[in-house]
Amino acid sequence: MIANKLQLIGQQALNSVSGFGRAGLMLFGAIVGKPNIRKGLPLLIKQLYVIGVLSLMIILVSGLFIGMVLALQGYTVLVKFGAEGMLGPLVSLSLLRELGPVVTALLFAGRAGSALTAEIGLMKATEQLSGMEMMAVDPLRRIIAPRFWAGVIAMPLLALIFNAVGILGGHLVGVEWLGVDAGSYWSAMQANVDLYQDVLNGVIKSMVFALIVIWIALHKGFDAIPTSEGISRATTQTVVTASLAVLGFDFVLTALMFGG
Amino acid sequence: MTARKIEILVGAFIVLSCAAFLMLALKVANTGFSGSSQTYTLYAKFDNIGGLKVRSPIKVGGVTVGRVSSIELDRVSYTPVVALEINAEYSNFPETSSVAILTSGLLGEQYVGLLPGFVDDTVLMLANGDTIEDTRSAIVLEELIGQFLFNRGN
Amino acid sequence: MSDVLVDIQNLSFSRGDRPIYRDMNMQVIRGKVTAIMGPSGIGKTTLLRLIGGQLKPDSGKIVFDGLNIPTLSRAELYQARKKMSMLFQSGALFTEMSVFDNVAFPLREHTRLPEALIRLVVLMKLESVGLRGARDLMPAELSGGMARRAALARAIALDPELIMYDEPFAGQDPISMGVIVRLIRELNNALGLTSVVVSHDVTEVMSIADYVYVVADKTVIGQGTPEQLRADPSPLVQQFLKGEADGAVPFHYKAAAYEDELMELTK
Ligand SMILES: Nc1ncnc2c1ncn2[C@@H]1O[C@H](COP(=O)(O)OP(=O)(O)O)[C@@H](O)[C@H]1O
Ligand SMILES: [Mg+2]
Repeated sequence: MIANKLQLIGQQALNSVSGFGRAGLMLFGAIVGKPNIRKGLPLLIKQLYVIGVLSLMIILVSGLFIGMVLALQGYTVLVKFGAEGMLGPLVSLSLLRELGPVVTALLFAGRAGSALTAEIGLMKATEQLSGMEMMAVDPLRRIIAPRFWAGVIAMPLLALIFNAVGILGGHLVGVEWLGVDAGSYWSAMQANVDLYQDVLNGVIKSMVFALIVIWIALHKGFDAIPTSEGISRATTQTVVTASLAVLGFDFVLTALMFGG
Repeated sequence: MTARKIEILVGAFIVLSCAAFLMLALKVANTGFSGSSQTYTLYAKFDNIGGLKVRSPIKVGGVTVGRVSSIELDRVSYTPVVALEINAEYSNFPETSSVAILTSGLLGEQYVGLLPGFVDDTVLMLANGDTIEDTRSAIVLEELIGQFLFNRGN
Repeated sequence: MSDVLVDIQNLSFSRGDRPIYRDMNMQVIRGKVTAIMGPSGIGKTTLLRLIGGQLKPDSGKIVFDGLNIPTLSRAELYQARKKMSMLFQSGALFTEMSVFDNVAFPLREHTRLPEALIRLVVLMKLESVGLRGARDLMPAELSGGMARRAALARAIALDPELIMYDEPFAGQDPISMGVIVRLIRELNNALGLTSVVVSHDVTEVMSIADYVYVVADKTVIGQGTPEQLRADPSPLVQQFLKGEADGAVPFHYKAAAYEDELMELTK
């Protein structure tokens, strides 16, 4: 009985290690080697459209609302201390350091990550990947690589847009609605936000998250069991695994960047 | 969806994110090159700068005229020397002017308040590199409370 | 140049612990239509993937045009694959591209022909499968038979030496079935192709194949021209050709005796 359990645990450990191995090999096969600009660029642009442009709406709307909520919540607390002048730093630092990268990554995992997993899983199930391989075209290069790069490029850009829109949303609620002085909203922000410490660290965070989310999404699709059940499971796993990984790495990165 | 349309939309997406970055860099995190206007630097020695930081604003009557560009400790007297980077637009402060480290609100950020002094024939104007003599340090809450209790004791 | 395009020698392959092939030999002659028949799940698709180098055998040789496929490097394998082509059971058209772009895909990937010339070649290939008018449709808008023909046009785009059809007749209505039978034969003759047709549709296969292998029980159980095969004395071959439900190949999957299992219920 116990021996059985142990064997099961060992089996699962081995499975996850070999999963890492396969994911690593997939990424290696996709991105190592000299890129072909002539063929690669149109594919990259197509994927930037699918992954980036089509995610823009959800990013704009959530960024706006999160900025507005931050301002509203922050104001009710700050005003008790007569410190509503600090609303600008509160909104902008929360967004730049944490909420921008993290929420963008979570939305991205839900919107683009799940779609990528399903798309690639379905291509596998309908033998499109095998077919490509038999036509002497490497699906890692043709299918995986452009999606990987598009994701890695698009997500930090989406996070920047999210931050900017969120700060404007904070302005909308804090200044236009609650009557915080516009000058102090922006000047307190400028006095407290540092380009390297806050803005660029946020960008680095979202690059790391982009790598994690896109890698998980592509691997889950590529490794999916090619049945409808297998694909639906892979899609769910993408969202769950990617979200948890983002939150975990966020803690590590925050500790490294702002903890010391 | 034609390839051309996709290219345009992707281009717009990239332009939009560049605009977002510029806004964050220039308007949110003031990198100094937003106005990119000319500045000159004055120095002021304080006994105590409290919570003043590099890039804290310098205000005259509430109007921001510059920023703190560096804070260093004088090697001889061991008092903090604050470099004040002031917009060249506001260049005619008399040498009788005084600076104080003030706090906006009870818990707000600290800033340098510049109070222009009187002008007469014998008074020169402050120029780049000059030091303002008349300074008032930051109020440190603990000291204030200590003094209050001491006075009460008397 | 030898007469044999694909030479399979002593091939053994297993999926996990389950052997699929054991010591199998098979030859595909240049310019002929060779059929491989066998019941479902026997490993026919697997065999095509072995020839294409997508799977590696446990032992044995698979010689394609003088090259032993399992020992090739990645680059050599990709070179070899340009000379072969496979028509998947599902067609495997790329769903995000139009029919035209699907057929143009191998040309755009492997040649640097100008777009005008690509257009010419694509229209020619589409014409040969009768789908020139359907070039702007998306794969989702095609019927099953049309999808398979479009995939066929894509498969012959680069003028391969070998074309492998995986179950080309499965799930087709009688008319598209007739069309595909004719196409396989005509393309084979007109383009000087070598064709391998995998199927379990006995009548169609017998009508177009030059040579037939019957695969069962992990190896070849009968081979010959269709006439030779009809005269084959083996009960297994006869059962398969005549489509008898029960015989040398049992109808029932291995199971405990039925009476015993029924008795379980009454306990
Ligand atoms: N990816 C796979 N992993 C494990 N077993 C497989 C896989 N693909 C096919 N098989 C098994 O191999 C056997 C042969 O499959 P296949 O070649 O598709 O048969 P056929 O084409 O003759 O119907 C089947 O029993 C199937 O269950
Ligand atoms: Mg099959």
